[in-house]
Amino acid sequence: MAGTGKRDAGWAVSRGVQVGFLVGLLVLWYVSTNYWGVSHLLLPEPVQVYWHFVDIIKTGEFLDDLNVTLSELAIAFTGSCTLGVTLGYLISRSPYAIRVFEPLFAGMYSVPIILFLPLYVLIFGLGPLSKIAIGGTISFFPIILSTIAGFGYVERTYIVSARSMGASDYQLFRYVLLPAALPVILTGMRMGFTVALLSIIGSETLASLAGLGHRIVHLAEGMDMARMFAYIAFVIAIAAFLNTVVSSLEARGRRR
Amino acid sequence: MAGWPRFKRYMLRHPGVARLGVVVAMFLLWEVAARWWIDPLFMSPPSSVTASLPEMFQIDGIPGALRITFWELAVAFAMSVVIGLVFGLSVGLPAFSRRSFMPIVLLLYGTPQVTILPLFILFFGIGPASKIAFGVSHGIFPIIVTIVAGVQNLKPILLTSAKSMGANRWQVFRYVIFPHMIPSFFTGMRLGMTGVLLGVLLAELYVSTAGIGYFTTLFTQNFEPDHLLGLISVLAAMAIVLNEMVRRAEIHFARWRD
Repeated sequence: MAGTGKRDAGWAVSRGVQVGFLVGLLVLWYVSTNYWGVSHLLLPEPVQVYWHFVDIIKTGEFLDDLNVTLSELAIAFTGSCTLGVTLGYLISRSPYAIRVFEPLFAGMYSVPIILFLPLYVLIFGLGPLSKIAIGGTISFFPIILSTIAGFGYVERTYIVSARSMGASDYQLFRYVLLPAALPVILTGMRMGFTVALLSIIGSETLASLAGLGHRIVHLAEGMDMARMFAYIAFVIAIAAFLNTVVSSLEARGRRR
Repeated sequence: MAGWPRFKRYMLRHPGVARLGVVVAMFLLWEVAARWWIDPLFMSPPSSVTASLPEMFQIDGIPGALRITFWELAVAFAMSVVIGLVFGLSVGLPAFSRRSFMPIVLLLYGTPQVTILPLFILFFGIGPASKIAFGVSHGIFPIIVTIVAGVQNLKPILLTSAKSMGANRWQVFRYVIFPHMIPSFFTGMRLGMTGVLLGVLLAELYVSTAGIGYFTTLFTQNFEPDHLLGLISVLAAMAIVLNEMVRRAEIHFARWRD
């Protein structure tokens, strides 16, 4: 009992330190903007940021930008999932194809693909198409690599035993390959989703006409700092929410 | 007629040759597509990109821009490693600070940092400083996280036996913790390099007066796909070389574990 009591105390202290750290940061922010004369053009006043945040939520002016960003994300992610899983499955059917293509995709994945954004803008324009294309390209690689890994390295014994018990192609896929590969593919999809979201917001920041990233840049260029901070907080909250949803979906899919 | 089975056997034994074939085929497709199907304003074939490379290097400011970017990458990476190492050790070694601060580090690591890119420009200006700072902000977190994970995996029995044999704190660090940390440190460096590349290039593309971002915007607006593709290829080559260096180092220093 004494042991757990001590551990609980340690846990409580850790939590206290975490909360204290965050509260201290907020207090430092408040004091530095209100009393130490840090320019409001560099760091806006936290209370003001809070009111802007409330205002953004209340007026619902974020809806248009959110709509643009989320539809870009949805199209890009659907496209890269479809293409990545299909191609990955086809490649994984032959060990030879795995040995040919897997290092190729892994090598391409190590290049920072955001470099190609200017080219995508040149080809697809400033609109949503270039964001969809860059988000799709970037999320394609983790998805196809994990699909190849998932389908390609299923324990040989399982396949042989299922075959020897007379499983058809469909049964083999449905009851052996898919359950074995699904956890790996889901992890790849989660990684793909995260990088797609990041790269779409990033490319909206770099060159775009609409979207959440564009709104932040727009406010930054207008030096409307308090509202910009509020928008940044909003986007971070949205991203955290989406990532949590995707992670929990992944966890649920793994459990089955 | 006997040639075909032998060729097939050779190909089966050397997947690398087939891979090379795929790459060559992709370049050929690109060449054909860019030559005859796509508007030359938007895309140029690889042959003319290669041919225009020397001309691109003649453009005033390009060698300087490449040098600046390389320098930014190097400084950002060095700073990430040093800061990440210090933070990683001070967060990871004492159990108390690991419990307290690790969730905060993971929270920060999980936030999409591109959203605060405009802030970096406002704080650090449009020169190299903001690119380095943004690169560091992308690079340190993977390093901290992997170092903490590496320190955490340390078997307590190793620490206990070293202490019971009379090692002092420095000796414990030097002969137990440090060698144990090396593989995860290099894994962290590889991930950190990926982050630094992403951060620096993002910031470069966002705003730049003399660096790469200036020229990519210029070439895009002037519809010069030749030069744009050439510049991107040079940068991609730079990224591949840097990544590969760190990856080789990782493999080299992780050997003792096996």
